[in-house]
Amino acid sequence: MRQKRNSDPAIVKWGLIAAAMLYLGVTLFLPLACVFASALQKGLGVYFAALVDPDALSAMRLTLLIAAISVPLNLVFGVAASWAIAKFEFRGKNLLLALIDLPLAVSPVISGMIFLLIFGAQGYFGPWLIERGIKIAFAVPGIVLATIFVTFPFVARELIPVMKAQGNDEEEAAITLGANGFQTFLRVTLPNIKWGLLYGVILCNARAMGEFGAVSVISGHIRGLTNTLPLHVEILYNEYNFAAAFATASVLVLLALVTLVAKRSVEHKFRLEKTGGNPE
Amino acid sequence: MGYTLVWLSLIVLIPLSMLALKSASMTWPQFVDTVTSPRTLAAYRLSFGAAFVAACINAVFGFLIAWVLSRYSFPGRSIVDAAVDLPLALPTAVAGIALTAIYAPNGWMGQWLSGLGVKAAYSELGVVIALTFIGLPFVVRTIQPVLEDIDPALEEAAASLGAGRRQTFMRVILPTLVPPLITGFTMAFARAIGEYGSVIFIAGNMPGKTEIAPLLIVTKLEQYDYAGATAIALVMLVGSFVLLFAINLLQRWSSKKIGMAS
Repeated sequence: MRQKRNSDPAIVKWGLIAAAMLYLGVTLFLPLACVFASALQKGLGVYFAALVDPDALSAMRLTLLIAAISVPLNLVFGVAASWAIAKFEFRGKNLLLALIDLPLAVSPVISGMIFLLIFGAQGYFGPWLIERGIKIAFAVPGIVLATIFVTFPFVARELIPVMKAQGNDEEEAAITLGANGFQTFLRVTLPNIKWGLLYGVILCNARAMGEFGAVSVISGHIRGLTNTLPLHVEILYNEYNFAAAFATASVLVLLALVTLVAKRSVEHKFRLEKTGGNPE
Repeated sequence: MGYTLVWLSLIVLIPLSMLALKSASMTWPQFVDTVTSPRTLAAYRLSFGAAFVAACINAVFGFLIAWVLSRYSFPGRSIVDAAVDLPLALPTAVAGIALTAIYAPNGWMGQWLSGLGVKAAYSELGVVIALTFIGLPFVVRTIQPVLEDIDPALEEAAASLGAGRRQTFMRVILPTLVPPLITGFTMAFARAIGEYGSVIFIAGNMPGKTEIAPLLIVTKLEQYDYAGATAIALVMLVGSFVLLFAINLLQRWSSKKIGMAS
């Protein structure tokens, strides 16, 4: 089939391929190569020293912690929201859909700022929290909240089309046969949506670990305490410690590459699901 | 259902409503002064202008890449196809420092460009470069599935009715691709307006010149001018929402149109 469609002469075909590859080479591959070249410019010793630096290690721990909290929460929300949207009819469904996508349209900086307006020292709950010695802004809870906000739509967006395509038939059959709600979800719904779910989680996790703008506003940049990996990169870079900045950045590049590979391998299975098990 | 609404309200709606609440604490003249000061206007112009230019570049090259990926088979195609999503997976700060290093006057591209008398990093061009990078996947990923779904029979029919390749492209293929192209363009545009991480390193951040609106918000926050920051954010947000609304209308229109075609 592909053969028949390609009625373009070879010169057009290869010309277009060359143009596309050149463009991608400059825009995508050059930055990747640059990160590794700059990270290794002072040798492997400096590279590994930057990675085992106590501040870098605590930034890694914090980044992992934040992903470990925000991804599961958004996972639960994503399943609940897509369940509500796909399996029930109610008024205002389109509005709900639009609201779920809202964080994608908000600048990351604004996403961080709104939590500062609530929990910051000048914020609505700021004084109350300070009295009680609870820190949210410029502390880990604030970073987690901002991350949840930014990654809010990822799981739901992937699941809604999958759940819609599946319809209610199998769940109804399960309930008729005597399964309770939880059993139905675990045995019938979950197996059907597992690839879509995994896909959403991969995207959500990549964004949670890499988020910069929102986290930067609310974190306060306290070294060793509220610095995530991307913020650590910024600090090193602004101190002209380029080798260390790029060394830390290379960890995030590896994370991105792992994300792409994982995404790719799930994608195929996910596509089967989206079309209801029919590869065509 | 109830859980969905509670969680949505707690995480998204209540925090966002703070924007309106906080800017209500300013008087109207104060608000207008903040959002129409020369520095703010310059920041808006740069954010929206550079985002628009970047989205245009992405529309052209995104179209090209989607075309090549969905129509031709060549060695390495699947790797390239996966790599298109890199800007979505790569933390923006990493993209920012890498692009800056490349386009700085002593960088790989920068030294070559400065030989031509072009200043890439630390100028408006740098902002466009960063925004082009982060917007790339949107156009490719909206056009690609539509291109793959075009029925070859349509093209064969056009050809057998005597249409040349160019006519087939202009009259048969292009019209189906216009709606997703506009959608992808708008998504890239909307994303680029609010972008922060990848831009601040390469922009140079000169107030009134290469300072983007999100950076101005951060600067105001660092000076504890929360009300001023909120006012700027509110105007930006309204701009983005108008765009999102347009995306929604376009999506409906395009799906209707494709529905009719098939």
